[in-house]
Amino acid sequence: MNVVAKTETGRALGDAFAVVRDRLPGKGKIADQRRAAFEAYERAGLPHRRIEDWKYTDLRVLMREVLPLAPAPDVAALSRAAAAVKAHGIDDAVRLVLVDGAFAPDLSDLGKLEKGLSIRALREVLDGGDGALSEQAFTSDTTNPMIALNSAMATDGVVIEVANGTVLGKPLHVVHVASGAAPVAMFTRSLLRLGRDTGATLVESYLAAEGAKAYQAHDGLVVAIGDNARLDHVRFVEDTVDAFNISSATVTLGAHAHFNTFGMTTGGHVSRYELTVACAGEHSKVETNGVNLINGKQHADTTLFMDHAVPNCASREIFRAVVDDRAHSVFQGRIIVRPDAQKTDAKMMTRALLLSDDAEADNKPELEIFADDVTCGHGATTGALDESLLFYMRARGLPEKEAQALLIQAFVGEAIETIASDALREVAIATARRWLEARA
Amino acid sequence: MSLLEVKDLQVRVEEREILHGLSLTVNPGQVHAIMGPNGSGKSTLSHVIAGKPGYEVTGGQILFKGEDLLEMEPNERAARGVFLAFQYPVEIPGVTTWNFLHAALNAQRKARGEEEISSPAFLKKVREVAKSLNIPQDMLKRGVNVGFSGGEKKRNEILQMALFEPAVCILDEMDSGLDIDALRIAADGVNALRSPERAMVVITHYQRLLNYIVPDVVHVMSKGRVVKSGGKELALELEESGYAQFEDAA
Amino acid sequence: MPAVQETVERVRRIDVDQYRYGFETVIESDKAPKGLSEDTVRFISAKKDEPAWMLEWRLEAFRRWLTMTEPTWARVNYPKIDYQDLYYYAAPKPKKTLSSIDEIDPVILKTYEKLGIPLREVAILEGVEPPAGGEQTPSRKIAVDAVFDSVSVATTFKAELKKAGVIFMPISEAIREHPELVQKYLGTVVPTSDNYFATLNSAVFSDGSFVYVPPGVRCPMELSTYFRINERNTGQFERTLIIADKGSYVSYLEGCTAPQRDENQLHAAVVELVALDDAEIKYSTVQNWYPGNSEGKGGIYNFVTKRGDCRGRNSKISWTQVETGSAITWKYPSCILRGDNSSGEFYSIAISNGFQQVDSGTKMIHLGKNTSSRIISKGIAAGKSQNTYRGLVSAHRKATGARNYTACDSLLIGDKCGAHTVPYVEAKNSSATFEHEATTSKISEDVLFYCIQRGLSQEEAVGLVVNGFVKDVLQQLPMEFAVEAQKLISISLEGSVG
Repeated sequence: MNVVAKTETGRALGDAFAVVRDRLPGKGKIADQRRAAFEAYERAGLPHRRIEDWKYTDLRVLMREVLPLAPAPDVAALSRAAAAVKAHGIDDAVRLVLVDGAFAPDLSDLGKLEKGLSIRALREVLDGGDGALSEQAFTSDTTNPMIALNSAMATDGVVIEVANGTVLGKPLHVVHVASGAAPVAMFTRSLLRLGRDTGATLVESYLAAEGAKAYQAHDGLVVAIGDNARLDHVRFVEDTVDAFNISSATVTLGAHAHFNTFGMTTGGHVSRYELTVACAGEHSKVETNGVNLINGKQHADTTLFMDHAVPNCASREIFRAVVDDRAHSVFQGRIIVRPDAQKTDAKMMTRALLLSDDAEADNKPELEIFADDVTCGHGATTGALDESLLFYMRARGLPEKEAQALLIQAFVGEAIETIASDALREVAIATARRWLEARA
Repeated sequence: MSLLEVKDLQVRVEEREILHGLSLTVNPGQVHAIMGPNGSGKSTLSHVIAGKPGYEVTGGQILFKGEDLLEMEPNERAARGVFLAFQYPVEIPGVTTWNFLHAALNAQRKARGEEEISSPAFLKKVREVAKSLNIPQDMLKRGVNVGFSGGEKKRNEILQMALFEPAVCILDEMDSGLDIDALRIAADGVNALRSPERAMVVITHYQRLLNYIVPDVVHVMSKGRVVKSGGKELALELEESGYAQFEDAA
Repeated sequence: MPAVQETVERVRRIDVDQYRYGFETVIESDKAPKGLSEDTVRFISAKKDEPAWMLEWRLEAFRRWLTMTEPTWARVNYPKIDYQDLYYYAAPKPKKTLSSIDEIDPVILKTYEKLGIPLREVAILEGVEPPAGGEQTPSRKIAVDAVFDSVSVATTFKAELKKAGVIFMPISEAIREHPELVQKYLGTVVPTSDNYFATLNSAVFSDGSFVYVPPGVRCPMELSTYFRINERNTGQFERTLIIADKGSYVSYLEGCTAPQRDENQLHAAVVELVALDDAEIKYSTVQNWYPGNSEGKGGIYNFVTKRGDCRGRNSKISWTQVETGSAITWKYPSCILRGDNSSGEFYSIAISNGFQQVDSGTKMIHLGKNTSSRIISKGIAAGKSQNTYRGLVSAHRKATGARNYTACDSLLIGDKCGAHTVPYVEAKNSSATFEHEATTSKISEDVLFYCIQRGLSQEEAVGLVVNGFVKDVLQQLPMEFAVEAQKLISISLEGSVG
């Protein structure tokens, strides 16, 4: 173990944890869990390249340390955040805003919630002593040090429950905003619980107020999808290019459930999104798709873990990375088919497009198969834009960057098309277009 | 003695009964046509005769040359002379047609206690048969059915039929996926193999195949039973009036 | 019962105890004391009558090894190896200097006979037809450098090779006779510090083959070596070094079988290949060491480091392997594509059955411009085995125009085994074009039924389909080897389908 890194980050953080521990919501069992999670983190320290799952994202090198915990946002911070949220609004959505790791009810739409929908702040749930719900929010494992750290430090988040039989009309939009007061770390943990026969759309955005620079967003999302329920999930990482975004989502599906998720990363200096999806009920369907559009010195890591524990489930993954300048894209996708998960149908395709000589892409698609009656496969490609296509388009009069932009849009299009909602698909297309325009 | 005798056959697939007491007697030299709408159990009958796993015979029997066919392993049935021309012949990548045919022929000969056929003798035999069926040599070098057109796949089935010289040939929807020219070539191949010792059971949905392979007996199947049998004119009758009249009869 | 279910039943009844090559040759041997220390290293070096530089090289490796820890990243599980409980050197006691094959210990010759290994020319050529067309192909001869336990006991075709200028001899002899070549190349592809097992090998390697093909020479015959692990508790530490000088070509065949043992036997070989400008090396392996019995007891632990360095421009290195044996296989024959326009290939068939564990694959490291590589891997898992493909393809900053194509297919026979695919695809260069695809499936029941309807038995049908599945790789083997490999696959499957 790297002792230096541990004293640099682990120790200082240990002191910090001792200081803030009593300010963190949740007493009794939750407080014990936090302590155990912190100890688990301390034992491991920041993950580094010798840990297989972090091979390509060495946080000891990239992040070096965990910044001090963000203070509760003051009036000025909230007003800066409000401006940022306004600029990133999604039409007709129920907006839920977290500023510097604290739920901001004044910036959120809590009035007139649809029937069957309940929304509370995590802090409220933890302090209110709802044991079952608190525990569900904190079920995540301690084997991943960054999830453990999140469990230890989470100050707030949203707890959303959708009652059996409720199909929500409006999307839920959770916005994480860094107000930019100082270089700080924010820790949030949210829970979404979908009952039987429900339907919901969850959008998550990560962004910063004007002037915000180096901050760390540590987020954890826990999702439980009930039998015959459907969740559409779209995620936009639009942090500043100095920011760190270390997030995870842990999703469990019941029987005949459907989970469609799409993630787009354009922001952040270093981002890591670890998505674990477990099929726990038969005849479920999972679509996990994503696009990373990165440039400069950005480092974006998407790590998927698709766990087929029961028979007769299907999963599809489509991932596209567009990497410019000196940026570095990482995609790790592991499909595991456990011994009893017969008739699993799992496919994954990951493709990286390198736009500059210094761009870097690492792909690690993995199959781990313990059942025989399965159809599983993955594919991975890495390459530059097709020169002959570019030439053809230029010969028809298109300037180079424009020709490239068209080809890149087509390249990411296949992943974006999987978004079910027309409106959200348009948001993703517009985000990609903005990225391409900034490039031109 | 009849060549193939199906007596009151009852068959289930996963709890659902598909054949509810089907009987059929086929004598040497005869060509029987089995016609019926989709889902009447035609393909099930062909699969059960060949011994495909996944079917449960709950009643009745199948006698082949007087012996209980249902007691035999599928490869044993093949060695004794039961040949099924598949509706959808599978592709076997990496295994050349030539190699496959040689392995299968020798397995059958071995099972019958005959001497295995040497490579040169086999090559000669296949070439002759292939030539008579207008099958190009390069098809034999390719993987079994890999990249074959619908017509090529069916011709490959007929090539095997000619090579193995079976006593009973079951042709399962031989016309599916074939255009009229391909159909004619395939039918010519089948007709060339008609002989006084050999019987054929032609399973088809449409009458048009029977213009090329003219049957001696026509059976109409509906809902898992033979509901009417007659001469070749029955097929024409069906062509005009359709299956609906028999569905009530079933 | 569905067809595949029957196969599964048969796999359960697998009887790997009837390992065909499980017999023991009783001959006297000359052993180093048990355990590993500087003294062991000195003993081995002295036995080999090595020059001082060689001993120093070994000692340096040994000291390095003491600071290293055994790797744990592969998907293999085995009880801890007690390195002090092994013998590191065993040689058949020399009676006298041998001048012809007839002088070899008849017991040893008998062993080879049982294995069907064609030591004698006649046996080698018997029944082997020249390839169709027969034009410009050199005569299909094989020179055998038989390694019995640790020491080479016979070398055939020496004279003819000498005429061509090809050096083919035990590496122990090469160290004495061609020190300048050995010193120039040994450890330059797999450095002494490379990995735990390679470093151990560097310290205690007993013997192996040395090949040098001079500039412009096309080696007039296939070079072949057969390894056997015979001595109880003898670690096998083969060291092979092949150098193809500018514009030369050589094809090297390696085959292995080992008699049955109860204790697990450690094998940690190192193979280094160097291809200079315009040179080509083809290295083929058929490995069928004892896989352990039906309870998973015994079997060879095979931790091998094989690496080829395409050092010159337009050079080419091609690895082909058929892995059916060993309890544990930890093996990644790799190519360093250093020279511009160089190319690397890896063709692999890995069959696991019983309790075997295979973690094998390759690394294609693109350093030079316009380098290309191709990986075709076929994994077949049966019984309670675990079969992992692990492969790395990387293009470095300056490797403009690097290209790779990878296809990994896995076939599962039965529901108690596992097939895993772990590719690492790393591009640090926008002009790199990498394509990777992988599939995992079982043998289709429809295909099996089709074959059975044509008269084949269940086992024959499975054998046929599996041979079709691996055909692309079998085709890469030299003809004589392909026949042996096909037989071997059938034997492995014979165990798996009853």
